[in-house]
Amino acid sequence: MPRASLSVVFAGSGGSGAMTAGMLFLRAAARAGYYGMMTQLFGPQVRGGEAAALVQVAARPTDSPPDRYDLFVALDWEKLDQFAPEIPLDQASAVIADPASGTMSPGIAKANARLVPLAMADPATSGHHGKAEHVRRTNVFAAAAICALAGVAADHVRAALADILGTKLPEVMRANAASLEAGLEAARALELDVALAPPAKSARWLISGNEAVALGALRGGVRFVGCYPITPATDLVEWLAPQLLKLGGRLVLAEDELASINMVVGASFGGTPSMTVTSGPGLSLMVETLGLAVAAEIPLVVVDVMRAGPSTGIPSKTEQSDVNIAVHGGHGDAPRVVLAPTSVADCLPTAEWAVYLAESLQTPVIVLSDQAMGQAQAAIDLPLERPQPLKRRLNGAPSGALFKRYAIGDDPVTPMPPPGTAGYQWVGEGLTHNEAGIPVSGASAHAAQIRKRARKLDQLKSGSWWGETFGEGDIAIVTFGSGVGAAREAARRLAAGGRPARMIALRQIAPVPLAELRRALAGAKQVFVLEQNHGAQLFHHLLGQRAIAVDAHSIARPGPLPFRPAEIVAHVA
Amino acid sequence: MSMTETVEPHCVRALAAKDFKSGAHPIWCPGCGDFGVLAALERALARHGRLPHEVVLVSGIGCSSRLPAYTSCYGFHGVHGRALALASGLKLTRPDLDVIAVGGDGDGYSIGGNHFIHACRRNVDMLYVVMDNRVYGMTKGQPSPTTEPDWDSEIAPGGIGLRPFNPLSIAIAAGANFVARGFSSDTDDLAAMIVEGLRWPGFAFIEVLSPCITFRPEQLEWKGRARPRAHTTEGDRAAAIGAILADDGFSMGVLFRGERAAIPAPQLPTGTLAEIEQQFAIGA
Repeated sequence: MPRASLSVVFAGSGGSGAMTAGMLFLRAAARAGYYGMMTQLFGPQVRGGEAAALVQVAARPTDSPPDRYDLFVALDWEKLDQFAPEIPLDQASAVIADPASGTMSPGIAKANARLVPLAMADPATSGHHGKAEHVRRTNVFAAAAICALAGVAADHVRAALADILGTKLPEVMRANAASLEAGLEAARALELDVALAPPAKSARWLISGNEAVALGALRGGVRFVGCYPITPATDLVEWLAPQLLKLGGRLVLAEDELASINMVVGASFGGTPSMTVTSGPGLSLMVETLGLAVAAEIPLVVVDVMRAGPSTGIPSKTEQSDVNIAVHGGHGDAPRVVLAPTSVADCLPTAEWAVYLAESLQTPVIVLSDQAMGQAQAAIDLPLERPQPLKRRLNGAPSGALFKRYAIGDDPVTPMPPPGTAGYQWVGEGLTHNEAGIPVSGASAHAAQIRKRARKLDQLKSGSWWGETFGEGDIAIVTFGSGVGAAREAARRLAAGGRPARMIALRQIAPVPLAELRRALAGAKQVFVLEQNHGAQLFHHLLGQRAIAVDAHSIARPGPLPFRPAEIVAHVA
Repeated sequence: MSMTETVEPHCVRALAAKDFKSGAHPIWCPGCGDFGVLAALERALARHGRLPHEVVLVSGIGCSSRLPAYTSCYGFHGVHGRALALASGLKLTRPDLDVIAVGGDGDGYSIGGNHFIHACRRNVDMLYVVMDNRVYGMTKGQPSPTTEPDWDSEIAPGGIGLRPFNPLSIAIAAGANFVARGFSSDTDDLAAMIVEGLRWPGFAFIEVLSPCITFRPEQLEWKGRARPRAHTTEGDRAAAIGAILADDGFSMGVLFRGERAAIPAPQLPTGTLAEIEQQFAIGA
């Protein structure tokens, strides 16, 4: 019987092309109209180490990591054992491997999965070509075989290979095309029934979370980015740099994160919507200037693609442990907006919304993505829904007298004419200042300006954008970011098992959308806050804001292992 | 017509130094060298000819970093040490403005030292004026990177014992395109230097000896030591650095002029967002 979804791992040593195999399968499936997602696992090496591509493909939208993988394709067996704890397999799984590449690694063998031998080396080419040529062939061969087993039509696989190879040398193209055909053919001889149910035929986007954040920022109007390389955020800015040039903007590689965010403050002061992109260690360096942007009321977006911390932590692996620094990081009263995309697809509108909020409220907005989401590739529906555009308030201040950039009045958002505007000269000021921006140290001006900035955030009207809900029932699972997909699937299973449950995904982490969250939680008898950090950072944030009751439960554990639906169900049950 | 009211051809009316005063009274101690720098800057801006709203002064933290609020220009008084980064982001996105970063030796050479080096390398078309008094004045008298090794202070009794930072040779080595040294009380010379630095392409750096007579009263002697430099080195960085290192640090004037092209302004758009988005479309 055709299945609704198929989960496949391609794993191999450095150079074996596991990621290319995963992308080929996902891309071919997306061309056929399937949904899907691929996450990446890397060994500790900076480059050339072993890697695994974790792919799931389904006829319905999918953003929950599977509890287990149906197929494990070993492109070779070198050093793959380290991945065993992160790749759940069981007796119903099949391990596909070339008998010529040795015996199954002990960690993988423990799952007692069925071994399906598949000769991946081409006897005609082995011996004639170098190793690199041989292994390139293996990954395309293996991915094509999986496509055929899943029932993805050959034309989609050929087209996907052409997409991936781009403009490679003709002999490389020919060799890979031959491997592809051989892989499609070899699948016929395998006794594996993993054919997928046919998908709904419609156009898809294939995009990573990091690319989606970048594109969302461009949609929002960002035309300047100051950044410093940091895993796992670097691929975001690498994609963004040439796109910004095409749009007349610019990305500057700064000397450090201190410079990055200060360049962004300067560019934004000049009138250009601006952004910086980093991960935990970089955000730690930026917090002083976040406070400056709050005090001087400068719009800017900071994207934090979270990784396991503290300190250097695990640079290549995910965690949701920057909630505290995003919401509270820095000295003084420095409230800011913190958003978190609810899926790879949602990275796009959330980043766009972040720009609009920063511009319209003249304040920093932090977008909390994470490695699992940022570096995941997803086949999604066309992203049509977009937030309502909001602009920076530039004009409307009375002219003539001394311009009061930080005027206290009914509207806490006050005009900020860009430099070059005659008659409105003002100084962006990080010292406590009066309405005209002149430094003062009196109690009343201090309190008035702190209140002004707090009131701006009270004005945040998120409408339906505060978050998402799924299902209804006595059990409520509140979560954010890359926990959302698994929590939604857990709620679905709990309901199917006779325990009605709802999932609440917070897109707006700060300020807490109190009224909306209370409505979403109305009637819930058991509330669980799910997050991937040890200290229950979101839980305490919500508790502190009295957004949840004192008897709410916390499901909090560190990364980098993703939450899988079965783990959540077990916690709640 | 006085020295301060030079008519520039593109200006509708003559600008005067007073057009660049905000009216706010500086917090500086009486006798502070920064008064002279402010006066020279106002005079230079009047001569330069851009209107106050077309000029932005960016600073960090310290006594001299309070300067932007004392002018009638746009300004930004940011965090300690990051003025050059902030100014670079502004100038790169708003090449139509004249951007001047100002600050002190602690702000620029210590906490901001890395940005100083990289601003020289990046060669953004802007001017950086450092008011160097060889002391942290706002925190009441600690040795800065340019302080003499034997200068006695509470925090470093008997002297800090470190070799002073040489900002001019470092700037030239790192790629600054225009490097000069001025003295705060030689207002005319300093104003001329500022005008030239503003107009010189790329990153221009002016180190101004600006005495702090509150914490370094011995700096009153600088007036007797400052003297004009014999000649400027054009183009040859090694020669310029050699001359600076051989000098006692009191030769005033433009010490180096380079020919590096400034980092270019952003290009006009060549594509649309819709075209960019197409790369993600797949299938039917």
